[in-house]
Amino acid sequence: MTPTLSVRNLRVEIPTRRGVLRAIDDLSFDIAPGEVLGMVGESGAGKSITGSAIIGLLEPPGRVAGGEIRLAGERIDHLPPERMRHVRGKRIGMIFQDPLTSLNPLYRIGEQLTETILTHEQLSGRAARDKAQRLLEEVGIPAAAERLSAYPHQFSGGMRQRVVIALALAADPQLVIADEPTTALDVSVQAQIIALLKRICADRGASVMLITHDMGVIAETADRVCVLYAGRLAEIGPVRDVVKHPQHPYTRGLMAAIPSLAGDPDEKLAQIPGSMPRLGAIPPGCAFNPRCDFAFDRCRAERPDAYPAGATQAACFLHDAKNPPPPEIAGRASEVGLGVTRAPAEVPQ
Amino acid sequence: MLAFAIRRLVQAIGVMLVVALISFIMFRFVGDPVNQLVGVDTSPEDRAALREALGLNDPVLLQFGRFILRAAQLDFGISYQFKQPVAALIASRLPATLELSLVSAFFALAVGVPMGVFTGLYPRSWASRAFLAISLIGVSLPTFLIGILLIFLVSVNLGWLPSFGRGAVVDIGFGWTTGLLTTSGLQSLILPSITLGLFQMTLIMRLVRGEMLEVLRTDYIKFARARGLSRRAINFGHALKNTLVPVITITGLQVGSIIAFAIITETVFQWPGMGLMFLQAVQSVDIPIMAAYLLLIAFLFVTINFIVDLLYVAVDPRIRLGGARG
Amino acid sequence: MSDATEAAPVETAARAPGLVARLRDNDIWFSFTRSPITVISAVVTLLLLLSALFAPLIAPHDPFDPATLSIMDSFFPPAWTGEGDPRFLLGTDDQGRDILSTILYGMRISLAVGFASVLFAMVVGVTLGLLAGYLGGVVDSVIMRIADVQLTFPAILIALLIDGVARGVAGPNSYQDIVFGVLVLSIGLSFWVQYARTVRGSVLVEKNKEYVLAARLIGLRPWTIMVKHVLPNVLGPVLVIATINLALAIITEATLSFLGVGVPPTQPSLGTLIRIGNDFLFSGEWWITIFPGITLAILALSVNLLGDWLRDALNPKLR
Repeated sequence: MTPTLSVRNLRVEIPTRRGVLRAIDDLSFDIAPGEVLGMVGESGAGKSITGSAIIGLLEPPGRVAGGEIRLAGERIDHLPPERMRHVRGKRIGMIFQDPLTSLNPLYRIGEQLTETILTHEQLSGRAARDKAQRLLEEVGIPAAAERLSAYPHQFSGGMRQRVVIALALAADPQLVIADEPTTALDVSVQAQIIALLKRICADRGASVMLITHDMGVIAETADRVCVLYAGRLAEIGPVRDVVKHPQHPYTRGLMAAIPSLAGDPDEKLAQIPGSMPRLGAIPPGCAFNPRCDFAFDRCRAERPDAYPAGATQAACFLHDAKNPPPPEIAGRASEVGLGVTRAPAEVPQ
Repeated sequence: MLAFAIRRLVQAIGVMLVVALISFIMFRFVGDPVNQLVGVDTSPEDRAALREALGLNDPVLLQFGRFILRAAQLDFGISYQFKQPVAALIASRLPATLELSLVSAFFALAVGVPMGVFTGLYPRSWASRAFLAISLIGVSLPTFLIGILLIFLVSVNLGWLPSFGRGAVVDIGFGWTTGLLTTSGLQSLILPSITLGLFQMTLIMRLVRGEMLEVLRTDYIKFARARGLSRRAINFGHALKNTLVPVITITGLQVGSIIAFAIITETVFQWPGMGLMFLQAVQSVDIPIMAAYLLLIAFLFVTINFIVDLLYVAVDPRIRLGGARG
Repeated sequence: MSDATEAAPVETAARAPGLVARLRDNDIWFSFTRSPITVISAVVTLLLLLSALFAPLIAPHDPFDPATLSIMDSFFPPAWTGEGDPRFLLGTDDQGRDILSTILYGMRISLAVGFASVLFAMVVGVTLGLLAGYLGGVVDSVIMRIADVQLTFPAILIALLIDGVARGVAGPNSYQDIVFGVLVLSIGLSFWVQYARTVRGSVLVEKNKEYVLAARLIGLRPWTIMVKHVLPNVLGPVLVIATINLALAIITEATLSFLGVGVPPTQPSLGTLIRIGNDFLFSGEWWITIFPGITLAILALSVNLLGDWLRDALNPKLR
């Protein structure tokens, strides 16, 4: 089946006075129809930029410098602006982080909804208004008919994010990109919004790309997860496997750093030493090598491809079956559940 | 909302009282009002009688109270220079100044806003750079010099438009004479309005440009783009409306300073308005006219500010409906 | 590649840490050299300042020495027009005065009044700002309320009012003697608010800092602390305001003189020259008013550009 979204070798560059920065480097992933893909990583890892690149709204001077983006098989990078505009909203919906600032304060909710509907669908004003009301009902806003004539500031944060979801889904897009949709909200409403997003997209069979740094949200919501580090893919795979059996040292560190309610409250949280490099100062080889416990010479010289690693794929030489890491490293790694563990690589010549 | 209006009103009255005090001090203590009203050969007894009759021997506070009371009834005394009631003099000059000022403000808005929008939307285009350069010159050149240059080019060299006066005017009742209904009146209005409005135009252009650049970076514009709205809808529907809030404020304030700057334009073009009269009053130390003009300008400022506040409320629902919730 | 170009200036600076090198590596100098318009306006401003300063040496004639004036020389057009006289490059006015010379001398007066009123506004504004910020309470409210009310009115109106009042107080005869003082006073008083606000804001920020407390503990008088520590901090913004105000002050003086309430025709400034020449505009003697006008425009524009640049260079946030 054709994936809803297919990103191949995507490269996003930002020219600056001090040279060209690579915000996204050689990133590939797919999202199947109806699938929820979680996109995780630290701030600056390139999650949001990937989203902006897909929807064609990179902030200048950022630009897609290589690779391709396909929506249901059709290439959408480098579409002329006017055609790309009809993809936005109509085929890809986007939800931003802050519902408080995503809505124009000077227009009524109903105006903003019907405006979006009429942009993408041939409807009468009346029909558009009816649809706007149905959308508001669908996202769980009480007394939808009256609320249409309210202004954004008359809604609470959670309610505003519901309106934003209604706006993003107004034209029934195939793909919804949600960029940190709950970060700015109260903890108490975060779960509601995520549940709503998941339900409403499942109802319509829309795929979701959920960008967040909250692994808890990903674990509950996503089918698969894609971990980014310094603009590069670290690991991608089914969410259970990535959470329970991470195969990339970075993912492993990330998972260990999540506090668990069930765990021992006195136990110290694991930390990854150091911090993610700035885009201008990515080390040669694997971007993670200076912080990695298992780095060896090759990691400092060569960039790893994504290798199959159990149920997931990890961009780490520990998983290179053809050219395995030094035994000492491999041994240490396998003690913590990382590395070449499955059968084919173990077969001696 | 009502509390807001009342607070504004109290502030306005405060400003008016301060200005009234200044006017009164000028009126009462700069030069001797009696000397201004009588000839050199008036006897000291007559002077003393006049002084008593004018109430100049009363306590100062009482005099100030009387001054305010009279001013509220538009009684500003007799002009030293023209020997006529100041109120009548101003009333006869008011239409000329108001017409000039409003036409200038309209010109400044009608040209300044589109130029600001354009330069905000296409900041790197050559036309934008040219507009900005022109605006810098507009800000740097003194108004009177612009007027002189316009007269030199358009009136003297090309002979297209009249260079002074109001042209033919029509009385439309209540003593209001208008130049808007005759060809010569309209022709006479063009150069002075451009001269007077140019500074405000560049100011509005720069303001709209700055606001436009700011608004285009906001999340709701990003979200509007992500919803696939047309450029037109984004730029003019969403962005422009949000830039208008500060533009209204500044424009309102500028209407006041346009009226004050009319002094210069009226002098360059010999425009028979209040400004020209005020200038003559300054030159001949005609204090009653100066005091009355000061009060009038302050009143206009205060009123316009008040209207602007109300307009602001009309445009921005956040204020209208009583602040943000949650 | 980029590494090499970045490293180069640092290296040379290390080898020759003289004043020139330090100036060159300074951010302000960098932004100055990067903006050709600023360089041009700086050069033009400097040229105009120098030629005004040395007007008696440069000017081909002394326009205020009646002995050298001849009515026979009146109304010569500029030298290049054919009917002109090579002695008078920019032509002559109705009294036979050389326009170029009157411009050079006029610029002196314009600049002198401009500088003096900026200085006056600065002293008044900084002092009141320090007082308001430091004393607070009633003094602060009174000063800032006056500032608020004054800001409601355009500077030119205030200057005109002060001028009118001064005439009334002084009487017509003695007014001629004090006209320069009145001009400086009226222009200066219409610009003090900005300085006061800036300084007051800065004082309020500094007042609660720990070093002020520490200085108090060791027995320094607070007033000394303010002057010693706050003033240097606000020097940048004050300098920016002063530069922009200089252009405004020159324009205001020219406007007042043009309106006939400024500098008298016996010692004409640029504004007075334009006023005088304006009467001849219609009879075809355009040069009498246009050349002083252009000079004024160039002067105001280049000082303005310089002020704009200084504002951006010293404080990128203050826009």
